[in-house]
Amino acid sequence: MSAPLKTPTAAAMAVRTAVILLIFVLIFTSLLAGAYFWTKPAIEAAAAVEKMKLIGEVLPREVYDHSESELLNNTVTLPPSPALGNEDSSIAYRATRAGRVSALVFEAIAPDGYSGKIRLLLAVAADGSLLGVRVTQHKETPGLGDYIEPRKDKNKERPWITQFDRLSLATVSDAQWRVKKDGGRFDSLAGATVTPRAVVKCVHKALKYVAEHRAALFDVTTEAVK
Amino acid sequence: MMHKEEFCQIRDNGVWHQNTSLVQILGLCPLLAVTANLVNGVMLSLATIVVMAIANVAVASLRNWIPHEIRIPVFILIVAALVTVVDLSFNAMFHDLYLVLGIFIPLIVTNCIVLARVEAFANKNPPLQSLFDGVFMGVGMLWTLALLGGLRELIGAGTLFSGIEMVIPGLQPLKLFSADYPGFLLAILPPGAFILLGCLIAWKNWIEARSAAAQHVRSSPTAA
Repeated sequence: MSAPLKTPTAAAMAVRTAVILLIFVLIFTSLLAGAYFWTKPAIEAAAAVEKMKLIGEVLPREVYDHSESELLNNTVTLPPSPALGNEDSSIAYRATRAGRVSALVFEAIAPDGYSGKIRLLLAVAADGSLLGVRVTQHKETPGLGDYIEPRKDKNKERPWITQFDRLSLATVSDAQWRVKKDGGRFDSLAGATVTPRAVVKCVHKALKYVAEHRAALFDVTTEAVK
Repeated sequence: MMHKEEFCQIRDNGVWHQNTSLVQILGLCPLLAVTANLVNGVMLSLATIVVMAIANVAVASLRNWIPHEIRIPVFILIVAALVTVVDLSFNAMFHDLYLVLGIFIPLIVTNCIVLARVEAFANKNPPLQSLFDGVFMGVGMLWTLALLGGLRELIGAGTLFSGIEMVIPGLQPLKLFSADYPGFLLAILPPGAFILLGCLIAWKNWIEARSAAAQHVRSSPTAA
């Protein structure tokens, strides 16, 4: 007990509190940054695995003769286009066999679902036929319009979405790209026709887009569609 | 270290006497949003238990360095940083679990229970006690949300455990009523959650009033 304790001034108190707060901010921000960089590789790897799982559902393994990571790296940029429904540019993955592009995997968005957008993933072979279609995201009514998702479809042997397999513009005429109720060839469940109508229209438009930009899409050297 | 009595007191407070949902009435936003079925209620509670235990220990360990005047911004900083770190680590280390729990971790941000326990308990108690407080407050939330979610799901849709196949593949939800059960929409909507929560609070108060009355009779035999 040598010197009596001085009561700190208000300014000194404020500075002291501010410095302590600053130290806490620095510590916890660096903790966040550390956690972000430490987990980044693992999270990216997991995301790639998931993306590959989704692509694997539409793209049969025998279509390409290279590794899956090569597939994810061989891409072509698609600019925003009303035919695909993408508002920002998206990318298509190019599968090759014996040096030639054998198939394309890309996303198309149906803007006119029953409640909002329906996002689809399509795989199209070099001859213009569909290898597979899957719904990746939608907000359709549960139990009514959600049969476009095979997991929710009651028909497990032949889910609704598999109707598109192997179809192409050459084998199905323009007038046939409609649900049966509208005079086309695609099934739909009673009470939920808006959803399949949007999906059929979207797939049809996407195929037309591929036919139109065939040269650029299936040439290994192009990096973006103009 | 810690007496058994103290441990029991923390446990009973968390699970019953200070139950977050029935007594403190905290965290109503996630409660309303998530308890439309049993599985979601349980999953949110599990994610909350993890975050609350970590946040309580962190604040209890740092409590002597946190000035009283700026404790709230510091708590928010700590809780927000920890929620994000838990979110990232879950994503990196337990990716399959993250796909199930992941959507619930950001929901914890809307939950004031974490901040409430940090301020009311961890700020004044050592780390070990704070750890138990966080865990048992979470357990109290777990059984309440499970009960509420189960009741809403059963009344609203006639099923139990819907969504369980995403958590444990291979299990199927239970359908307890016949297939033509029309459902009762009110129970699924947020007002139904409020009404059922009110019933649960009344039920808890009724049990407490009864046990208090029984104790009163036992302690004063002349009154009988």
